[in-house]
Amino acid sequence: MSVKEAVKTAPVPAPAAPEPPRPGRRHRAWDEVPRWQIYLPLSVYLLFTLIPFYWILLFSLRPAGSTSLVPWPMTFDHFEKVWTDRSFATYFQNSVLVGLATLVTTTLVALAGGYALARFDFKIKRAFMLALLCSQFVPGALLLVPLFEIFAELKMINSLASVVIAETVFQLPLSMILISNFIKNVPYSLEEAAWVDGCNRLTAFRVVVLPLLRPGLIAVGSFAFVGSWNHFLFALMFLNNQEKQTIPVGLNTLMGADSVDLGALAAGGIIAAVPVVIVFAFIQKWLVTGFSAGAVKG
Amino acid sequence: MAQAAAVAKPPEPPRRRRTSATPRRLPYLLIGPAVLLMLGFIAYPVVSVFYYSLQNYNPTKPWRNGFAGFDNFVRAFTEDALFWDTLVFSAKWVVVEVGLQLLLGLALALIVNQTFAGRGLGRALVFSPWAVSGVLTSVIWVLLYNSQTGITRYLADVGIGSYGTSWLSDTSTVFSAAVLAELWRGVPFFAILILADLQSASKDLYEAAEVDGAGRLQQFWHITLPHLKDAIVLSTLLRGVWEFNNVDLLYTLTGGGPAGATTTLPLYIAKTSIDARNFGYASALTTVAFVILLFCSIVYLRLSKFGGEDK
Repeated sequence: MSVKEAVKTAPVPAPAAPEPPRPGRRHRAWDEVPRWQIYLPLSVYLLFTLIPFYWILLFSLRPAGSTSLVPWPMTFDHFEKVWTDRSFATYFQNSVLVGLATLVTTTLVALAGGYALARFDFKIKRAFMLALLCSQFVPGALLLVPLFEIFAELKMINSLASVVIAETVFQLPLSMILISNFIKNVPYSLEEAAWVDGCNRLTAFRVVVLPLLRPGLIAVGSFAFVGSWNHFLFALMFLNNQEKQTIPVGLNTLMGADSVDLGALAAGGIIAAVPVVIVFAFIQKWLVTGFSAGAVKG
Repeated sequence: MAQAAAVAKPPEPPRRRRTSATPRRLPYLLIGPAVLLMLGFIAYPVVSVFYYSLQNYNPTKPWRNGFAGFDNFVRAFTEDALFWDTLVFSAKWVVVEVGLQLLLGLALALIVNQTFAGRGLGRALVFSPWAVSGVLTSVIWVLLYNSQTGITRYLADVGIGSYGTSWLSDTSTVFSAAVLAELWRGVPFFAILILADLQSASKDLYEAAEVDGAGRLQQFWHITLPHLKDAIVLSTLLRGVWEFNNVDLLYTLTGGGPAGATTTLPLYIAKTSIDARNFGYASALTTVAFVILLFCSIVYLRLSKFGGEDK
């Protein structure tokens, strides 16, 4: 490595330390807030947060017609009913397929693009970044009509692939910006050192950069999965066949019924929540660091 | 400067040193898939929306299809009272939601940033509605607001309110009811972002402030708030656009009703496309929404100076 390059790369590691160690529990005057000023507002807010969760759990577990405030006697009838009679088994399968496919495509495309944004200067970079940002202001809900036309042209109406493409496209800009910020936090000198050791760019990326991107990839992948799991309008618009519907559309159908079966609705909601809760529990510890490392810098 | 140097660099010979191995085409290959996807499924649709906005276009009424000039726009601005109502409601919805979410999110972030017993659990529970979808939020709050077995019934049992009220079907309560449901899942977004930013605040500043005898309120006002300013500006703008655009909750919770009382412009567009299949008129409304959003984008880019040199 030439002296010039060494000089250029030397200052990089210092400001780009991936994650500063979290400060431990230290006693500061800042901490000396009266305990009640923490616990009182927190408890009030937690009531607001948790009562709705309890409510749906209660409705899903107590027998139809019961007005008890505890789910006892407990029954799983609503789950059985919604899973088989209301086709939630099919919806669940479709949602999982869409979610996983969106996760994979979004992460791969965003990883490639994010690497280019983080490591290269190229002519259209600024324009591309601008397009990424502007696209955040183009909501999918406003493009339902032309997207429907496109998928009709491609003979993809009633195909899950249409939803996967639409979800991927709208997850992509933010995912790419997040990933490029994560990559920027990995010192370039690490990659360069690997090239000196004889790796090509791809191997260097795979061996050196990729392991350090784990929190970022987990964050981006989770957002993509949860986002497409939760979204509703694309599936509603592009999938007319009941066999192809996803869970949010199934929930909407249950809610729109003439006499809403509240027990079945609650059970369907719980089924919709399970994967999200699992993903959420899994990424909890990466969430705050992921956001701070990947945050768009002002 | 760095950019100029890279551009000016002559094409490199095939055999070159590995350390500077940067094929000029590589960045374009890497962003290629993203560019193609975004051109095909965002840029092209946006352009075609402008085209459709000048057409009478309804797949269920093909005999009326054809060039319409500015008829759709004229109709929106002069004949369609609901259009103006949706603009007013959109503004009200966005301002109230973002304002309340920010205030509550900031307060929560400050609280869970303290050191206290049970902080990890507290954080997890406070953040938990973050990933709940609009549709699931609707399911939950439909159960809560249900007039027979909802929370109102139990509130009536203890003397608050009256039996048989349904907050979602009364025009005087539906706004507060929808706002509360959206707050429930929206506050964690701000709490998470602000907490992340709080953790990057320099402890030294607070120590120095203490030495100088600044109280907690002064520290908040002169250190915390200026530190959070950028994050707050960005997250409120992003969230504002998001609250404007996102129709899942209102579509499923109130359907925009009763009597159009909770219809935002994007929800009106979604209903015009999905339910009425009036694609031409929906496209004209979309064009109007784009203009509003473009204005927001410009403000956003101005404030964030995004895309410039890092650091």
